[in-house]
Amino acid sequence: MINKKRSLSVYIHIPFCVRKCLYCDFLSFPAGEELRERYLRALCGEMVSQSVFYKDSKVRTVFLGGGTPSLLSGEQISRILACLRAHYDLAADAEITMEMNPGTLTRENLSCWRDAGVNRVSLGLQSADNRELSALGRIHTWETFLRSYDLCRRLGFANINVDLMSALPGQGLRSWEKTLRLVTDLEPEHISAYSLMIEEGTPFYERYGDGQKGKDGFLPLPDEETEFAMYRLTREFLESKGYRRYEISNYARPGKECAHNSTYWTRGEYAGFGLGAASMIGNARWVNLRDMDAYMSAPPDRKKTQFHRLTVKEQMEETMFLGLRMIQGVSGAAFREAYGVSVETVYGDALRKHIADGLLEYDGDVRLTDAGIDVSNYVLADFLL
Amino acid sequence: MERTEQSRIRNFCIIAHIDHGKSTLADRIIEKTGLLTEREMQAQVLDNMELERERGITIKSQAVRTVYRAKDGEEYILNLIDTPGHVDFNYEVSRSLAACDGAVLVVDAAQGIEAQTLANVYLALDHDLDVFPVINKIDLPSAQPQRVKDEIEDVIGLEAQDAPMISAKNGIGIEEVLEQIVHKIPAPSGDPDAPLSALIFDSLYDSYKGVIVFCRLMDGRVRKGSVIRMMATGAQAEVVETGYFGAGQFIPCEELSAGMVGYLTASIKNVRDTMVGDTVTEADRPCAEPLPGYKEVTSMVYCGVYPADGAKYPDLRDALEKLQLNDASLRYEPETSIALGFGFRCGFLGLLHLEIVQERLEREYNLDLVTTAPSVIYRVHKTDGEMIELTNPSNLPDPTQIEYMEEPVVNAEIMVTKDFVGPIMELCQERRGRYVSMEYMEETRALLRYELPLNEIIYDFFDALKSRSRGYASFDYEVKGYERSEMVKLDILINKEEVDALSFIVHKDGAYERGRKMCEKLKEEIPRHLFEIPIQAAVGGKVIARETVKAMRKDVLAKCYGGDITRKKKLLEKQKEGKKRMRQIGNVEIPQKAFMSVLKLDDK
Repeated sequence: MINKKRSLSVYIHIPFCVRKCLYCDFLSFPAGEELRERYLRALCGEMVSQSVFYKDSKVRTVFLGGGTPSLLSGEQISRILACLRAHYDLAADAEITMEMNPGTLTRENLSCWRDAGVNRVSLGLQSADNRELSALGRIHTWETFLRSYDLCRRLGFANINVDLMSALPGQGLRSWEKTLRLVTDLEPEHISAYSLMIEEGTPFYERYGDGQKGKDGFLPLPDEETEFAMYRLTREFLESKGYRRYEISNYARPGKECAHNSTYWTRGEYAGFGLGAASMIGNARWVNLRDMDAYMSAPPDRKKTQFHRLTVKEQMEETMFLGLRMIQGVSGAAFREAYGVSVETVYGDALRKHIADGLLEYDGDVRLTDAGIDVSNYVLADFLL
Repeated sequence: MERTEQSRIRNFCIIAHIDHGKSTLADRIIEKTGLLTEREMQAQVLDNMELERERGITIKSQAVRTVYRAKDGEEYILNLIDTPGHVDFNYEVSRSLAACDGAVLVVDAAQGIEAQTLANVYLALDHDLDVFPVINKIDLPSAQPQRVKDEIEDVIGLEAQDAPMISAKNGIGIEEVLEQIVHKIPAPSGDPDAPLSALIFDSLYDSYKGVIVFCRLMDGRVRKGSVIRMMATGAQAEVVETGYFGAGQFIPCEELSAGMVGYLTASIKNVRDTMVGDTVTEADRPCAEPLPGYKEVTSMVYCGVYPADGAKYPDLRDALEKLQLNDASLRYEPETSIALGFGFRCGFLGLLHLEIVQERLEREYNLDLVTTAPSVIYRVHKTDGEMIELTNPSNLPDPTQIEYMEEPVVNAEIMVTKDFVGPIMELCQERRGRYVSMEYMEETRALLRYELPLNEIIYDFFDALKSRSRGYASFDYEVKGYERSEMVKLDILINKEEVDALSFIVHKDGAYERGRKMCEKLKEEIPRHLFEIPIQAAVGGKVIARETVKAMRKDVLAKCYGGDITRKKKLLEKQKEGKKRMRQIGNVEIPQKAFMSVLKLDDK
């Protein structure tokens, strides 16, 4: 039987880090070796127990995210991927990304991960300025990053992403430009460039939350003009260096777009394993338990919570507000095929309003204009029904 | 039921400055007289509106009947009528007092006499009540009971040396209070065989029984089947049930007679038929004249109240109608605003009353409201000799048609410790106050008298007073009358369009300051649009202040980690929800809360 299999993306969460960065609100924390081992057993148990649901799926992308997955040893990552291979149909050409933190990499581990199948590396750099890095509470310097990057290249990793952040405390337009220049000089295949978000519950929120520009003694956030200039510069600079923006915050060499992230925006199916990992399968969403003890003690097939079957209305909303993040936009034909109704019928008002303001364009497909990308939240909110 | 002799009834109330322990003493009396088992006893039984408990103040009058076996071996029926404790509710207080024969004055042993202590005592004495003092909180480390006793004698002229020394909180001395109620408060002395005359001191609406009228019978009797008439409103009805007040419940009884306090129901559906202060009599044997003191309550403060969702207008109307039943002092009439659509211009006794009504509408009737800046009633004398009472600033005639305007002025009494006399005088000065006098009640405390324009105190005077005296000043006022004043209408223009709901009347000297603050505040409240929005304050077409809401240039949510889209969706939902709560003025969307934020401009 050569029935075409459904495409599946797999996300695997590794909630460990050396120490929490000051702005970080992800599910991650420092942990000792013993806990890491126990976690791996629970994680693999979950993957095995869930595999029965994915017998007709082919895994096209895998993403090992965190936290800092590179805190795990070569052997540990190999074990996870071996487990995946043993119980899932992993495509031979699958994109397998692993997030790595500069300063946690050794030649030995890297070769081991490479041999286990990792073929895309995502390095969390954020800034090339050591003062800015230290203000973020990052554990590495620019020099550490350089050594890590170089090591990856030497070990043959041919698909590397670098994460960058603008609007950092103490950052100026010049230093942001310098970061962009130093990084593009290295010619990574992919760059993610975000603006710093001040999230509640982080140490940064204490300093910068509620519109504070930085309490006494802390580096101030850039003013609005500067922040906007940085945001503008990001695109100009990266495009001048041959990176194409394919999603609001993501840039890649042609053909090097991240297939895994695209799955999220185009509502492809994905299964998340590990603490707090999110899944969307067959128009249902759920999230794994977020409490470590609860996650570990739950039976392998009882780690899912917040199971929610999406209504058609919610599906349409998601199609739009996720899909419009992609620069290619949302296909009108695909919308009609999925929902049996045209996108104009459902979203006529929003389309008219934002087309009139020059924020959207519509030619059978709907996409944000350059101006629309800048204020995407404002536009996307109108696609909630 | 056996007939209760009037000699064994005591009708009384407790009066006090806010926080001096009135409600706590009421609770202890109820507890002590065994009306409630301990399990039923919750703190502050009488304040049974959720809102009252939260704010720790009494808004509605409440009554409760308890039975006390005194040391003389007799059983006495004690009818406790709780009175509201805020200056806004003076009329309700006066009607509750009129239903009593005596009053217990609670004075805090640490704080002594405060402005409302005086106001309430004078009000009680005006109603010929026998008043005796009680010194509360004697167990506080800072208590100075002897000093307070002397002060009561010196300042009020009430005998105070044998005042019960109590701690209502800890149940100390309650027995003594009860004994003094029996001995110092006179028994009622009405004629049960005379034609019925009963004073309505409160009423509430019950969806099954209709209006429940709380009344004090002065003369006569009433029972099921009696046909009664309200003398002021003329409404007539047949009594369905009579009864008295348990704690938090109505206990039916066969008959109410002279001297008693109780309730009656008569399938009265129209809320306006039972006004507080009206006299209930028999239809075919009316009493000669109504009880004195009834008046149509006058609203002091007006503001526009609009449903956030225009479709809820009928709900708002129903809610106001029901609220008015429990709150005889609420006034409303329909109005329309270009900015806010259909709503009501509502009249209130004061700003606290306004806030309470607003909160009750939102909580008890589940309505989302937008209110406009409160305004007092201005008298506008036109050049053609006509005088209009202006409750809505938008209706101010063209300046060329105005001869002159008058605004209400109050006599204010402020009690303050001497360290804060300076700051408080400064505050009164800022609020266009006219100094009248200052006298020292004792070495450390002064009574300041000022004449203040009402519109200067309706916003946040009380807050300012508290903050500038670190909470030590107390305040009371009564309306003095109208005075000629140079008032102007301040208009707010958003993106060049005048927003009627934001207009208000202000003294010409304060216009610039007020306009500037409003623009600043609105700048904070109005979200960015794709274009720049000028916010201007103007008087008579001349712009006196301006702010600008910058254009939105970037609104991007970058992160969406590991495929967990829930937070992203929540953010968009919040944004969308925000848009729903906006009012469209021209092409600008103004959040509902912007209309209310301008109420509180002085955040010092």
